[in-house]
Amino acid sequence: MERKMVTLVINGKEVTVPEGTTILEAARQAGIYIPTLCHDPELSPWGGCRLCIVEVRGWKELPAACITPVRHGMVVETESPAVRHARYTLIELLLANHPEDCLTCERTGSCALQDLAYRYGVRRTRFEGEKRNYPIEDSNPFIVRDMNKCILCGLCVRVCSEIMGKAVIDFAYRGVRTKITPPFELPLEKAGCVFCGNCIAVCPVGALFPKPMWGQGRHWEVKKVKTVCPYCGTGCSFYLVVKNDRVIGVQSCPEAPVNGRWLCVKGRFGFGFIHHRDRLKMPLIRDPFLFAKVTWPTALGRVARRLREVKEKYGPDAIGVLASARITNEEAYLLNKFARAVLGTNNIDHCARLCHAPTLVALREAFGSGAATNPLAEIPEADFILVIGSNTTETHPVAAIQIQKALRRGAVLAVIDPRRTEIASRAHYHLQLRPGTDIALLNAMAHVCLQENLWNQEFVIYRTENFAAFREAAMQYPPSLAAAITGVPEALIVEVARRYARAKNAVIIYTMGVTQHTCGTNNVYAIANLALLCGHVGRKGSGVLPLRGQNNVQGACDMGALPDYLPGYQAVTDPSLRAKFATAWGVEIPDHPGLTATEMFEAAAEGRIKALYIVGENPMVTEADTGLVKKALENLEFLVVQDIFLTETARFAHVVLPAASFAEKDGTFTNTERRIQRVRRAISPVGEAKPDWEIVTLLAREMGHPWDYSSPAAIMEEIAQLTPIYGGVSYERLEVEPEGIFWPCPHPEHPGTPILHQENFARGKGRFHPVHFAPPDEQPDKDYPFLLITGRYLTHYHSGTMTRRTPLGFYQETLLEMNPQDMAELGIKPRDRVLISSRHGVLKIEATPNSNLPRGVVFATFHDAENPINTLVGHRCDPRAKIPAFKGVAVRIEKAVR
Amino acid sequence: MGEAILEEVVRSYRGRPEKLIAALLALQRHYGYLPEPALRTLAQELGVPLSKVYGVATFYAQFRLKPRGRHTVCVCLGTACHVRGSEQIFHALKRELGVEPGDTTADGRFTLEVVSCVGACSMAPVVVVDEETHGRLDPEKALALLKKY
Repeated sequence: MERKMVTLVINGKEVTVPEGTTILEAARQAGIYIPTLCHDPELSPWGGCRLCIVEVRGWKELPAACITPVRHGMVVETESPAVRHARYTLIELLLANHPEDCLTCERTGSCALQDLAYRYGVRRTRFEGEKRNYPIEDSNPFIVRDMNKCILCGLCVRVCSEIMGKAVIDFAYRGVRTKITPPFELPLEKAGCVFCGNCIAVCPVGALFPKPMWGQGRHWEVKKVKTVCPYCGTGCSFYLVVKNDRVIGVQSCPEAPVNGRWLCVKGRFGFGFIHHRDRLKMPLIRDPFLFAKVTWPTALGRVARRLREVKEKYGPDAIGVLASARITNEEAYLLNKFARAVLGTNNIDHCARLCHAPTLVALREAFGSGAATNPLAEIPEADFILVIGSNTTETHPVAAIQIQKALRRGAVLAVIDPRRTEIASRAHYHLQLRPGTDIALLNAMAHVCLQENLWNQEFVIYRTENFAAFREAAMQYPPSLAAAITGVPEALIVEVARRYARAKNAVIIYTMGVTQHTCGTNNVYAIANLALLCGHVGRKGSGVLPLRGQNNVQGACDMGALPDYLPGYQAVTDPSLRAKFATAWGVEIPDHPGLTATEMFEAAAEGRIKALYIVGENPMVTEADTGLVKKALENLEFLVVQDIFLTETARFAHVVLPAASFAEKDGTFTNTERRIQRVRRAISPVGEAKPDWEIVTLLAREMGHPWDYSSPAAIMEEIAQLTPIYGGVSYERLEVEPEGIFWPCPHPEHPGTPILHQENFARGKGRFHPVHFAPPDEQPDKDYPFLLITGRYLTHYHSGTMTRRTPLGFYQETLLEMNPQDMAELGIKPRDRVLISSRHGVLKIEATPNSNLPRGVVFATFHDAENPINTLVGHRCDPRAKIPAFKGVAVRIEKAVR
Repeated sequence: MGEAILEEVVRSYRGRPEKLIAALLALQRHYGYLPEPALRTLAQELGVPLSKVYGVATFYAQFRLKPRGRHTVCVCLGTACHVRGSEQIFHALKRELGVEPGDTTADGRFTLEVVSCVGACSMAPVVVVDEETHGRLDPEKALALLKKY
């Protein structure tokens, strides 16, 4: 619907804008400045600070431009004498109880109030009033609140409730005593604050400030380097704030394409690991029991010699490479090339095996591409959002902001999760299913769509295949049967299915709750089937979004850090593709797919793998069946680990190579949206650490391959030549296209592809895959009556090597979460130590009640090497994707005697 | 008994954030003030953030977040009372009770409050205890007054 256009005059300039635009927006569109303190285009209008008042000819009062819609023929003056006089007085009033400590204020020089006082020449205030005298609130390591400086613009209040959906703070009291505070004046950490610090990002004055940067330097003394966050796969950008070659903080970057100013606690406050004293600064060689610091030539010489020896003695397939989802695309590419061209094996994999390997298999077979179909920014365009097995607010907090945005716009949210997570408590529908019963539930939803004729017949006929077989399978799952299997009420299944089918635009967001099962691949098929059936793929605001867990797990997959694919998902089994790489690399590529990560450890334990090269991964904590991993690592003839810290895995190494962190190198990361973004070097490498691409290059040369990459940009040139989906990517282009490039981008003139499968699916037609529910192979029984689910916490990341070396480490200790009634029945009190045993291992751990867990289900995170929860998880895998069942381990819990 | 009233209020207003003030009034009518645990339950059941509940409860002078004494001693500091020495009466009472205005004695007997006029200027200086107005006081008489309650 076209909006009527309205023409008005601002400062003598004619401006035409759509009806309903405010005077402020119209002025900004025309490039006319109007000062504001409480306005933010991403937040609801407030009209509280009054600084945006303007004079409108014929109007008696001065209206606030931010809340006054334009009218036809309006004549507006933004800097008339009356306006200037009123603004002068308003600033004086704000200064009346504002501390006059600009000399030491952290915000000096970047303070909106200071700037306005300067602009309007307010030297001092005429209004000498009582000054506030609140204590500075700094009891947490992240946010300092100095409410004496607060100008009550309410931006932080609106960010907290509207963007984050938290509403931790609000206005309290009245008149001159009005103050923004958590309820009951509680400290933030006791009021449910998640320390995203997005309130800091909008505070116009010095009332809110990041504690790590307190007293660290004036804003004009620091260098700001725009780069990409090293934590989850959302791909937020921010500025690293650098002074004297040290990262002193993180600041929001308003132009960040994925996240704008919004970040989460990990991104904003999780940078302390960069300069942590535990950083590896020299190569280490085990000699023979203790590590000795050695020079790079010695270390590289040793690695090259030992790898060569193993290769000569046992053949190339006795060596495995574990690449990392943390390193850049260029580095992942080089590791893939190192394994295939230098070592001569396809035994290369990385931890995507443990997260989205089923997605890679199933979405690829169903749609033709195993990646998210749409950008995250399109989530708010959907009117129905189905979140499956994703604790989004904790694992992808900034993606959850998009869901929150959708909710504010009136979208309907349904969450399928055995736990009542925060996102589930915000949802309109929570389908609290029994762990591992997703297929029954999803098939039943398809059944409802078929039965009630809600499916998209046109889409199915023209764009899909194998429908008949799928239909037959789905029709075997009436909602009543699914209700019995899943424990979700029949009416709820029917209602949610109808909502999904009838939505104009609908997205499905899913993560590990779907994939980390022995039926992970089938779970993803079931999701793809439902999306195909209702035609919710290949449109703006409609798609399937598997959220990737790590900063560059998408990129590591794209770059061929997989045993069965060369870069760009080009199968190693295809002779013509192999030939292309053989020509480019000057060596033959082995033709049989290599071992997956899970298989490599089994092989090492059995003695078939003799040497491993592990880069930036910590399988001792993150792999299933820690006992097996330990045996495998101990069994190796040679282990080289390349990392930024001496991880639990690195302790088993014969040689440890110190790598540079994300802040110390150039490169690109590809986020969960398939968006390729530039990572920029902010500081020089710590100690003698080197970027991974340099290390791999040196190692290849040491092993007799004349690699001569001078920079990551040069590596990207080679990637673009060999990888069609990255064909148009170059550093020059990424410099001028700061929003990044969405693959597939086959040639330099191609704009990139934000939405996949628009006209055709990447494989031509979308394919239905009939799947059936099979009871999970680990079910609670008499001996093991509970079901353990493993997962993540907001403040931690993976094996915690980074987050536990920042103040985040003080939060969310790994505990066994149990339903309070289950605890009572077993006589376990909060913080009692319990003995938890599965068929695969035992562990002592403290228990804590969580009433959001259903009875019979217990939860723990895998972040904490001191509580290695993965010792309990078996190595039984999904037959196709080889992912272990982290979500659903039958366990027994007993009160432990200390 | 306290729980019963909370349950009743929650039952009538569950999921209706717009009924926050009505719910607060009902709770205060019963408890005499707004206890923190009750506010937490209310916030959850009505679907209003606790910070908002706190904001509303502290905005209106009628709402009290602290328990009230059995008796309210209200000293008038209006103009007429002021010129006739209410300041001294106020200080005497404050010293005797050992609390600031708005606070309650440890034994829960008295809550001290100040007002700016009770409309009984002809009797100034005035102290109102509960519903009873006492006029023409001096510090000594005011202290004696407390013994009656």
